[in-house]
Amino acid sequence: MNARETVLGRVRDALALAPPDAVQVPRDYRRRRSLPPERRRELLVDRLEDYRASVHQCDTAEAPGAIATALRGARRIGIPAGLDRRWLAEFDGEVTVDSAEVPSARLDELDGVVTGSAVSCAETGTIFLDSSADQGRRALTLVPDLHVCVVALSSVVAGVPEAVARLDPVRPTTLISGPSATSDIELDRVEGVHGPRTLHVVLLLDA
Amino acid sequence: MSGTFLGMPTAPPRGTGNIRGSEPFPAAARTELGNAQLRRNVGKATRTIRDKRIAVTGELPDWEELRSAGAAIKRDVLSRLPDLLEQFEQAVTARGGTVHWARDAAEANAIVTRLVRGTGSDEVLKVKSMATQEIGLNEHLADEGITAIETDLAELIVQLGADRPSHILVPAIHRNRAEIREIFLRAMPGVDPDLDDDPAHLADASRRFLRDRFMRARVAISGANFGVADTGTLSVVESEGNGRMCLTMPETLITVMGLEKLIPSYADLEVFLQLLPRSSTGERMNPYTSMWTGVTPGDGPGEFHLVLLDNGRTATLADEVGREALHCIRCSACLNVCPVYERTGGHAYGSTYPGPIGAVLTPQLAGMDTGSGDPNGSLPYASSLCGACFDACPVKIDIPSLLVELRHQHVEQAGFDAEQALMKAASAAMASAGRWTAAQRAAQLGRLLGRGGRIRALPPPGSAWTSARDLPVPPKRTFRQWWDSAEGRAAIERARREGGAR
Ligand code: SF4
Repeated sequence: MNARETVLGRVRDALALAPPDAVQVPRDYRRRRSLPPERRRELLVDRLEDYRASVHQCDTAEAPGAIATALRGARRIGIPAGLDRRWLAEFDGEVTVDSAEVPSARLDELDGVVTGSAVSCAETGTIFLDSSADQGRRALTLVPDLHVCVVALSSVVAGVPEAVARLDPVRPTTLISGPSATSDIELDRVEGVHGPRTLHVVLLLDA
Repeated sequence: MSGTFLGMPTAPPRGTGNIRGSEPFPAAARTELGNAQLRRNVGKATRTIRDKRIAVTGELPDWEELRSAGAAIKRDVLSRLPDLLEQFEQAVTARGGTVHWARDAAEANAIVTRLVRGTGSDEVLKVKSMATQEIGLNEHLADEGITAIETDLAELIVQLGADRPSHILVPAIHRNRAEIREIFLRAMPGVDPDLDDDPAHLADASRRFLRDRFMRARVAISGANFGVADTGTLSVVESEGNGRMCLTMPETLITVMGLEKLIPSYADLEVFLQLLPRSSTGERMNPYTSMWTGVTPGDGPGEFHLVLLDNGRTATLADEVGREALHCIRCSACLNVCPVYERTGGHAYGSTYPGPIGAVLTPQLAGMDTGSGDPNGSLPYASSLCGACFDACPVKIDIPSLLVELRHQHVEQAGFDAEQALMKAASAAMASAGRWTAAQRAAQLGRLLGRGGRIRALPPPGSAWTSARDLPVPPKRTFRQWWDSAEGRAAIERARREGGAR
């Protein structure tokens, strides 16, 4: 017997030796919550700032200014192919459009990256990136030291269940809650270990 | 059904690897108790995480409902495990992944070695993983001439220090900043000789050390927090971004996952992504969570291998009571509330899995029946049964009851075991009044050994009992001696009179 058959046979044997009862999973935790947009916004901003992310709240028209401010000091930035170029109208540095052909070493030369986002969870301050065209491949939001992430208020949901429900399981997905961090040394929190040290969130209030 | 049913079901074999210590818990604990630095560090860390956990779990009005759902989902998985495993395998394969099955530690190590060799690389990057720790993968790869580099800061500290992890979540919790600086200066190639002990600078040193390794990595090895049966999705929960680096930068990704890490559906992540971070680090959410399903052209590794590990899990599953330990999501909340763990640290448990859950899981995975000296046989007694671990567990594992059940099994199983010898001697003694009196008289000898009302050490076979705990000293006289004494007669007479006067 090969290992697969052996292991599956052992699992069946184990359950035959001690037959389990059928299980009904109770789903009476909060699955769908309605939070007024104002409350969702407050909660998200509070949680993001608690994670030491910087939040810039503005309307779409003001986004280019807010993004340029967030990118201050960055000379070379990367963007995913599907990013709305109008967002970079006020940025005057060098822009590289990422693709699968760009070697990772090139990403390491970038000062920062600007992306969109798929959905955000207010209660935990978590932004979900699902590799859509405006978010790019996973490495793009990982290697550069600064991440400017644009979040539309309409994509903000209250809790984790509502956020998970909006995801497409086959897409490579990354959840970010603040910048990279470690507490491995005497539990002192240090930001920026291997991922971005700085996270700026541009929250579009009218989108 | 693809499994071959060969008649009567037989109990599956136990696992092997780093799930058996070299000395029993009491002896190991005694050594660790002498390490004041370790005790201080562990104590401070567990207290801090404990307080944070209570704050963030208290924030959720449906915390208890989430725990109940988590426990039920895990029970459900185990009850349907054969079907779910096959569904999972099919989903991973359909998305371009390759699934390998490993009966035990040696087989898993051999599979991983073969896969790494196939890439032509003799260096692999690793994400912190309990499963690979359990099977001793790093040591095995080293024997095969393959260098495995741990990328989690704490694991790197442990690795460079040629040390062992002492906590599930914060493996280097027993080290302070000065010690870490010394380890880096001694063992980290290319480190800045002027490095000080500021945690930010130490973290930065590890960033520099690993950055170009991430950029040129060809193969990485990870564990998995969850495997989703219906979609084939895998998930890794972390903080530093080293996980994301390993999961996305190399050409080949190898994930080793215990088969109990399965959850039935993608939607079930809504429960565990709330339970895990709040229970483990006391955060509302950990900084990074990665989820991937097979391979995605243009994003991440082009080759994905999943090694599904048994190594004693099916043996645990065969125990109707003990199988509950397979619900564990390795959050480490039970460690942080355990008064025994807090004093001894993780090393005393001799296993990859320390603390209350380790005391349950280790003997179940590896057995505790290799003779009276099996260190695993001492683990079910390494607890005060105070119940704090049960209250803290996000999937409601009743650890105290499991420990009691294992103590019972331990006494039953080990034929020539010390406790059983004690019980035999006791029942023989109790069979006749004369012998019982003689035995009780002999027991008074115990007073000679006792200090402060406690016996510290009994000669064998009683030593198996006293090495784990102190015994109350037997009374000065046996009951029969007292009954026959003038004092006893007077007391009984008094009692009779008082009874009659009523
Ligand atoms: S037994 Fe429960 S509390 Fe302990 S590590 Fe596992 S899930 Fe966490």
